[in-house]
Amino acid sequence: MTLKDALFTPDEQERLFDHTFLQRELLEEQYATLEQQHETAAFGMWVFLATEVMFFGTLFVTVAVYRSLAPQAVETASTHLNWLIGGINTIVLLVSSLMMALAIHSAKLGDQRRVYRFLLATAALGLLFLCLKGVEYYLDYVEYLIPGWRFDKDKWLAPKNAGGDGLSSDQVGFVQIFLLLYWTMTGLHALHVTIGIGAVLTMAVLTSRGHFSAAYYTPVDVTGLYWHFVDLVWIFLLPTLYLLGTHSFHTL
Amino acid sequence: MTTATLVQPEQQPAPRTERENYLNVAYGVVSWLLTKDHKRIALLYLISVTVMFFIGGFAISVVRLHLLTPEGGLVSADTYNRLFTMHGVLMVFFFLVPVVPTVLGNFCLPLMIGAKDLAFPRLNLISWYLYMAGGVWTLYAMLTEGVDTGWTFYTPYSSQSTHYNVVLTLIGLVLAGFSSMATGINFIVTVHWMRAPGMTWFRLPIFVWTIYATSCIFLLAVPVLAMALILVILERLFHIGVFDPALGGDPLLFQHLFWFYSHPAVYIMILPGMGIVSEVIPCFARKALYGYSFVAYSSLGIAFLSFLVWAHHMFVAGISLYSALLFSSLSFLVAVPSAIKVFNWTATLYKGSIVFETPMLFCLGFVSLFTVGGLTGLFLATLGMDIHVHDTYFVIAHFHFIMVGGMVMAYMGGLHYWWPKMTGRLYSQFWSRLAALIIFVGFFLTFVPQFVVGYNGMPRRYFRYVPEFQVWNVLSSAGASILAAGYVLPLCYFLYSLRYGKRAGDNPWQATGLEWQTGSPPPRDNFEATPVVVRGPYEYHTGKAQNDP
Repeated sequence: MTLKDALFTPDEQERLFDHTFLQRELLEEQYATLEQQHETAAFGMWVFLATEVMFFGTLFVTVAVYRSLAPQAVETASTHLNWLIGGINTIVLLVSSLMMALAIHSAKLGDQRRVYRFLLATAALGLLFLCLKGVEYYLDYVEYLIPGWRFDKDKWLAPKNAGGDGLSSDQVGFVQIFLLLYWTMTGLHALHVTIGIGAVLTMAVLTSRGHFSAAYYTPVDVTGLYWHFVDLVWIFLLPTLYLLGTHSFHTL
Repeated sequence: MTTATLVQPEQQPAPRTERENYLNVAYGVVSWLLTKDHKRIALLYLISVTVMFFIGGFAISVVRLHLLTPEGGLVSADTYNRLFTMHGVLMVFFFLVPVVPTVLGNFCLPLMIGAKDLAFPRLNLISWYLYMAGGVWTLYAMLTEGVDTGWTFYTPYSSQSTHYNVVLTLIGLVLAGFSSMATGINFIVTVHWMRAPGMTWFRLPIFVWTIYATSCIFLLAVPVLAMALILVILERLFHIGVFDPALGGDPLLFQHLFWFYSHPAVYIMILPGMGIVSEVIPCFARKALYGYSFVAYSSLGIAFLSFLVWAHHMFVAGISLYSALLFSSLSFLVAVPSAIKVFNWTATLYKGSIVFETPMLFCLGFVSLFTVGGLTGLFLATLGMDIHVHDTYFVIAHFHFIMVGGMVMAYMGGLHYWWPKMTGRLYSQFWSRLAALIIFVGFFLTFVPQFVVGYNGMPRRYFRYVPEFQVWNVLSSAGASILAAGYVLPLCYFLYSLRYGKRAGDNPWQATGLEWQTGSPPPRDNFEATPVVVRGPYEYHTGKAQNDP
């Protein structure tokens, strides 16, 4: 008994593996072939990701500009961020990307059960990332790191020997700008992770309902591209925001 | 003007019952609002941008009326500021940027490459809804409290002026930006993957090339503007000075980000216009486009260079002398691909059998006005000269020659060229030629005086001016009223043609492009059978269409 026979009834097999059937059922009317539909979807996602690069790129440039304008203020502010949670979250996202890659590999082989499980693992790790991020946001709240709303100016102005950061009031302005960028960038990224989790879960449901096969798994593939991109953005966020300060182990 | 005409409607017997086409395939409001057909979405866009155009035009008519006398007195200074802001915002973001890609591009692109539809029809519809959401939202903000920042939203003014709807307007612009990005993604993917068999890259009509180049700019520039505007919104909401020097921010950074989008946006506006001209001139000169591959590559060249010149808007804003020098010399480079196009159009006309149909009149208007606009652009790219005329009416006149004289002329040309294809009807030849003439004369009269007052030092956006400039301002306002009449006229005869116009037939201009080798209006799936393309788009010397065997 082959794997295919174990997983699907003959009726389902005809539905899932017969190419003409796929063509008839899945092909949207504007396309000529299923291959064209696949290439178009994948290419569309790449092009979309190019806009995302420019979107996040603007914020990265802004951080770079303020870092060069006020290096001391930005680096001091950076040391106040929680690099430990940021680091753990990096590992969480990297593992989730591995799960996604394995899901697509299984999709290529037509092993729907493993696709389903790997997709669920991806979404679960994404959720874990958001939970950890939430804890980090809460700690930021406790430590008065919300610019304009919950921000303790005196703490940054106080001299270092009095437990403060010893910054001038001009520099505190830059600290606020850096923190605003931190919230904007991580918030925007978290939004992308949330959308990604929704997409991955949708793919998991569709997989469990037998929508995909070795011959057709374009949506899973495209979702994978998006997920890897979101992961990649974080890989750049971590050094830009958390690690650019003069971190040393005594700040632990 | 010659009386020779290409249109011979008598030859084509009017069918008693219309063939099934995209207009009569379904009726009712729902069939329009939920349509995924690129042709119907193009018409939805046509209605929306026309409304925006007339609102923006009305705002500036009041401004021009106010400027009849040096002391003004028609509107208060506050209203004056809101009016020119409304004009700029609506015209740039809701008319000039989207108009050709979303109306003519949406309609023609799939037809020109022999596709059934765009690659992502649903995304196309979503982009229209985003445009509408942004448009209605912005209009609401503008018409209630208003915005007085000018269309550039320069910080720190835009982050400090407290009692105006700046945040609401910016949100509207971000929405419209998402609409542009969706359109850009759709077009790029369509050009790459939806071409008919035999439609190689170098058999694509130039209009497709320019729409492709425009889409690349949409893709790479719009996100930057969206993000910069979002930062201004956050700055206002949380009172953090991202761009406000009083709070430590850097206002120059905003200008850099803003112009990183808004300079390429100029080419978003002009490139599709150049595409239209490259379609119309060969058709009405009955001659192949001269130097096809040069025109195609120069479109990509313009798109590429557009990203390298943004700081020429900031020569007096306090950037370093060396970067000013660099940006000044890079700006001169843009003249090269632009000139390539103008020379190629001229060479196409040379010894052609020219007929002066309405689209041709508009496109010849484009070539002459664009040349004036482009050459005065070189004045402004020169550092010393720019410091003298910066922020004067000279700049206003220069970019209106490109935007209105160039882009709107080309759009009108394109609309007149493809109107028979879109609606299946012909408009009045007499009235449309008259409109082309009125617009050309009105335009010249409006903006040439502005070059003069600008060179003599009249600053832009001012509420009052010195009495010496009155003659020129009266001339300009008089021209504006002629121009307004010229724009209302097409509205009348186009609407009239819908009901009473003669049947156009499939190919009223005897053009060779693929879009003319199907019904007018085209059927829902564009072609009866997928066309097979065997030659380039402009073989007017043989008269053979792209898919003639």
